[in-house]
Amino acid sequence: MAHLRLDHVTKTFGAHKAVDDLSLEIADGEFFVLLGPTGAGKTTTLRLIAGLEKPTSGAIHIDGEDVREWSAAERDVALVFQYYSLYPRYTVYQNLAFPLKSRVRNYPPEEIDQRVRRAAHTLRIDHLLERKTDKLSGGEMQRVSIGRAIVREPKAFLMDEPLSNLDAKLREALRSELKDLQMQLGATFLFVTHDQIEAMSMGDKIGVLNEGRIVQVGTPSDIYNSPHNTFVAGFVGSPAMNLLDGELRDGSVSAMAGKLEIPFQLASKAAKGGPVTLGIRSEDIRVGPEEATEAHVHDVENHGVEKIVTLRVDDHLFRATVPAVAGVEIESTVRFSWNTEKLHCFDRKSGVNLADSRSSA
Amino acid sequence: MAEIVLRDIEKYFGDNYVIRKLNLTIAHKEFVVLLGPSGCGKTTTLRSIAGLEEIDSGDILIDGQPVQGRQPGERDIAFVFQLFALYPHLTAYDNIAFPLRATRESRAEVDAKVRAVAKSLQIEGLLSRRPSALSGGDMQRVAIGRALVRQPKAMLMDEPIGALDAKLREEMRTELKRLHLENDQTTVYVTHDQVEAMSLADRIAIMNEGVLQQVDTPSEVYLHPSNLFVAQFVGSPVMNVTKGALQANGTHTRVVIGNEDAAFDFPPQLKGQIPATGSGLMVGVRPEGVQVTREETQGHIPVEAHLIEPLGSYDIVDLKFGGAFLRARTPSGFVGKPGDTVWARLDPEQTHFFNAESGDAIKVRLDG
Repeated sequence: MAHLRLDHVTKTFGAHKAVDDLSLEIADGEFFVLLGPTGAGKTTTLRLIAGLEKPTSGAIHIDGEDVREWSAAERDVALVFQYYSLYPRYTVYQNLAFPLKSRVRNYPPEEIDQRVRRAAHTLRIDHLLERKTDKLSGGEMQRVSIGRAIVREPKAFLMDEPLSNLDAKLREALRSELKDLQMQLGATFLFVTHDQIEAMSMGDKIGVLNEGRIVQVGTPSDIYNSPHNTFVAGFVGSPAMNLLDGELRDGSVSAMAGKLEIPFQLASKAAKGGPVTLGIRSEDIRVGPEEATEAHVHDVENHGVEKIVTLRVDDHLFRATVPAVAGVEIESTVRFSWNTEKLHCFDRKSGVNLADSRSSA
Repeated sequence: MAEIVLRDIEKYFGDNYVIRKLNLTIAHKEFVVLLGPSGCGKTTTLRSIAGLEEIDSGDILIDGQPVQGRQPGERDIAFVFQLFALYPHLTAYDNIAFPLRATRESRAEVDAKVRAVAKSLQIEGLLSRRPSALSGGDMQRVAIGRALVRQPKAMLMDEPIGALDAKLREEMRTELKRLHLENDQTTVYVTHDQVEAMSLADRIAIMNEGVLQQVDTPSEVYLHPSNLFVAQFVGSPVMNVTKGALQANGTHTRVVIGNEDAAFDFPPQLKGQIPATGSGLMVGVRPEGVQVTREETQGHIPVEAHLIEPLGSYDIVDLKFGGAFLRARTPSGFVGKPGDTVWARLDPEQTHFFNAESGDAIKVRLDG
């Protein structure tokens, strides 16, 4: 049980700023996901909280206490990594018991046994307790790694891409297991990933990180429906949000050399006209014989449950989602229109969502 | 021009039987994706076609000619790997032109070919750069350019976009498909990513443990998987599969899953097509085949919503039917919160039945 807070934390490695003036608050019992591409500073942030790195400047608080001078062990947080670091010649039981026999924490045998069995039960690995860890599958090994974190009953769990090495099917299963586990334990989870599906499906809150800075913090639906800038818009969602150059004028935007003219009212009066980037998700584009504008079908991807078609107007490409039964052929002509209510308008230069321009002005 | 025929091919690595009597014909101009988990034998199959592995028995024919005796270079096939194998000291231009060095073409001919390939890959502006100055996507475009420039009979690709980030993979998928349409080369493409396979393939060949499981168009594979392995390998989220039984009396035909609490109405035609008793039946339904309403509805069963995964354009909701969990796909925000009661049914048209022992699909007709 822990509340985590980072105040203006910066971490430099030589000339490289890995984490840049990062402030973040993670509530007690929250499942918080740090999402970003490789090199965004996610892992460094996690290691700073764990006490494996020291911040160059700024403060880290755990439950209101400044932990600057605390060692990793004193911080009482558990780390789970992408690569499971288990003792191969030991059984699952021994691996699980190990963290309870350190110099810092040494528990009586009955207590150890109780905790190991409880963790094994939670993770559904009871039947594997006597097995050596080199006889386990990847998913089982990752469950044991998580088990080693659970037995200690730490203040918080810090997880660094724990599912990345597993195959797709197992990843899916463990996603809901982890979320379930976090709800059962009521523990604070900080989960680092580059996979937006993991972030969306598990996070109570998501912090999107890019180049060492927090770009946006919000619920999955905030992040998906109101991206703060073009980076978030393009990073979250699959297929990626369509981003196209446009021009904003009085009460309307135009794109694709005027082929598309859409009435658009800005929420904020502060923003002026000029070059913008228009963002629209594939599911917010309608395709049908009655729609307004003509396009060529550039590509059709069958995703089983639906089809993703890439449409082409002159040289402009964008994706639309259509039902699986829709008969669309490559190089045929179709008609489409955009759901204007779901249209996003970003400043072309800064990339900031014009609906958010208050915060950047 | 190339048709590739694999006839009864077998391959061992020591005691490890990695390709087991594989038969597959890849038609001229066809794009076939070999799909399967790691270790299923897909890459070995591809390397065998290229001549990078020798097979232990069977025949590989290219345009009707057996090629086992021929060196990779004599098979007129181009290979693209996951890791961009470019010459670091050469520019993109020279990397692409490299395979033409050995030919006796004039400099002007080579130049025309390199530029034509670069144009179709949209890397004309990058030709003077060295690989170290290229992004991952552009490096892979150069590698593909180098494969295409010889205008080989066939292209073999081993996870060519597996190392790229998600967004770039999406773009490259479309590019690869367009490239195939323009060049019309017979293509065999290996991946473990079912989305890639579904998106790119004319036909998908699914492998598991060295055995070919099913060869079909993407929609056939998705809608009519031939066995449990295919059913659960293709599609995301994974198809729900659970033990089931048929319950049929005078008035009702029902499919029961988990325990007695979850009995779903099915058309009476189902009777006689699947085993009525015993434990030999597995029932499969994709998340979009679990239909959910928020009000009590005829033929729907009340269930408690467990986890809700918001995925942006839709949600995946875990529904708890007595002992069994089923995942349903709903519009986003459709189910308010975990613990809410909703009503659900299985869409008979989207429900699959499998023999629990063999895993084979049991073909069912509901319209006759």
